Amino acid sequence: MEPIKKITSRAITIPQDDIDTDQIIPARFLKVTDKAGLAANLFADWRYLSDGTPKTDFILNQQTAQGAQILFTGNNFGCGSSREHAPWALTGFGFKAVIALSFGDIFRNNSLKNGLLPIQVDEETHQRLKELLDEIPREEWTIDLEQQTLKTPDGATVQFAIDSFSKACLVEGNDELGYLLSFTDQIVAYEVEHHKGVAS
Amino acid sequence: MGSPLTLFQKVWNEHLVTQQPGAPGILYIDLHLVHEVTSPQAFSTMRERGLTVRRPDRTVATVDHGIPTLPSPDGTVEGRLSWADELCRKQIAQLEENARQFGIRAYGPSASNNGIVHVISPEMGLTQPGMTIVCGDSHTSTHGAFGALAFGIGTSEVSHVLATQCLLQNQPKTCEVRIDGQLGKGVSAKDIILALIAKIGVGGGIGYVLEYSGSAIRALSMEERMTICNMSIEAGARAGMIAPDDTTYEYLAGREFAPKGAAWDAALAYWKSLPSDEGARFDRTITLDAANLEPMITFGTNPGMGVSVNEKVPTPASYADESQKAGLEKALTYMGLQAGQPMLGQPVNVVFIGSCTNGRISDLRQAASVMKGRKVADGMRVLVVPGSKHVKAQAEAEGLDQVFKEAGAEWREAGCSMCIAMNGDQLEPGQYAVSTSNRNFEGRQGKGGRTLLASPLTAAAAAVTGRVTDVRTLLDG
Repeated sequence: MEPIKKITSRAITIPQDDIDTDQIIPARFLKVTDKAGLAANLFADWRYLSDGTPKTDFILNQQTAQGAQILFTGNNFGCGSSREHAPWALTGFGFKAVIALSFGDIFRNNSLKNGLLPIQVDEETHQRLKELLDEIPREEWTIDLEQQTLKTPDGATVQFAIDSFSKACLVEGNDELGYLLSFTDQIVAYEVEHHKGVAS
Repeated sequence: MGSPLTLFQKVWNEHLVTQQPGAPGILYIDLHLVHEVTSPQAFSTMRERGLTVRRPDRTVATVDHGIPTLPSPDGTVEGRLSWADELCRKQIAQLEENARQFGIRAYGPSASNNGIVHVISPEMGLTQPGMTIVCGDSHTSTHGAFGALAFGIGTSEVSHVLATQCLLQNQPKTCEVRIDGQLGKGVSAKDIILALIAKIGVGGGIGYVLEYSGSAIRALSMEERMTICNMSIEAGARAGMIAPDDTTYEYLAGREFAPKGAAWDAALAYWKSLPSDEGARFDRTITLDAANLEPMITFGTNPGMGVSVNEKVPTPASYADESQKAGLEKALTYMGLQAGQPMLGQPVNVVFIGSCTNGRISDLRQAASVMKGRKVADGMRVLVVPGSKHVKAQAEAEGLDQVFKEAGAEWREAGCSMCIAMNGDQLEPGQYAVSTSNRNFEGRQGKGGRTLLASPLTAAAAAVTGRVTDVRTLLDG
């Protein structure tokens, strides 16, 4: 996983609440055995007409989205299906952070394992950022993960929360599997002691 | 004596391998279920890192998402797979190859135990009280009906569990959902869960494990409890759980992988220790009166957008929150429904009866009870898809397949089918479907398709009338 320390980029908005992972990547694109090529179908049904022509009024088809690394959205982003194809498609497109009021639980977990930083903000901050994006949509924002800050082009700084373990994994580009494997002795000891509710 | 604990806390404590300062807990997983769509990249990770599956004996795979449900033209498995597109066939073959290579038990298309992962695991007695169960599938919450802690995980986490039999988890909060009172005629478990999600919203359960309790829950069968726990994820919850009781033990006794003899007695003693202690504290409590519930139907593009069949579609003006208002407007535009219109009488093109939510034998019996002696309405397409091969065989033994076929419905092979529309079973753009599945998201059942979620009874009522109907008007007595 690529380490994330600082992200400097325009932010783009897909403002709806409750965007489910079926919208982020529809199920018909899950018939793959690798992670490549999913970005082409990120938000496919919002992004393309039925003949495959891009819908010009959808933000991902606009110039401003090209190279954007920050996605700004509403409440409960990434709810629904557990498909990790959702963060794979988002990072494949170039996103490195999503700012939302809240996240679907499994999506949030999946994002953290793929170098996609989920930033949760409160209602007041969310409203202010939304207005700012309406006023000056093309300016760059800076996310400093080590400092846990988001600097907006009006000069304001937002402090955001992230648990120290997830932060360390993202900043160092570590994956959790290596961490888990380092506890093999404890896992063996657990297995010796616990036999309850076992299927075999 | 320590302080009183909830069911969730007991299962969590039992499975916590270690909790390091500043890190999530390491949770031991008793049962890892695997399917063909969310596992290939996890097995690739295993190969790349030269890892083996730590506990193949606790890992069970099936093929369900992409498998065709059309009957085999020549009665063979190969014949059935000939309906699948090349990508689905490749994914199915990959699952079987991965299972062979890593020594995992797999119930592929030719196995007699094949079916939807959340149907077959309870059916075989693999799902047991007090277990931790995960699968790369959000509807893993189904297994919570047995008093297991069960939840969906991503593909990276699938590789974590394959390699270490453990997961990193932050401890969620607990929420008791207390449902007392007696359900009315024609009102079922599906209506309970749709009413709950309509009440708390699709984000209402984020950060919580729900524990369903109360007299209405105690009165439910295991299959009905599975329907409730299945859709906990649709409220955003980490998991849903129901304390085991005699209903649970009776369901499990004698199943293939349920403990036997002395092992059963030992397991039973553990299971009986699981229910939440008197005075256990939940972080939150929600109550629902089962007696007030009516058959439910959704009108929008998430499972929280639901009303009773006798209610009207809400008007955006009635919502105070701007974002909610915009969400409703967008949903109604997609659904082609008018604010304020009654749901009753809304014409329907397709009915889908099946899925891990409502594809079990009791669901098919309910649907058949309405369709028996009636015909599918003119121009309607009705798909009945059993949740597993065993469900299919049982339904055929009871003659339910004949009821469906005589009514004019299609009787299919087992699989996820039109719930996720990956296998060729799908809606045409603009079509309305009453579905017993779990998600009415845009395009979920086929691009441009419009899903109305409901119980098997309500779906069967739509099948024979061609419209959203209050099933109670069709029931005897």
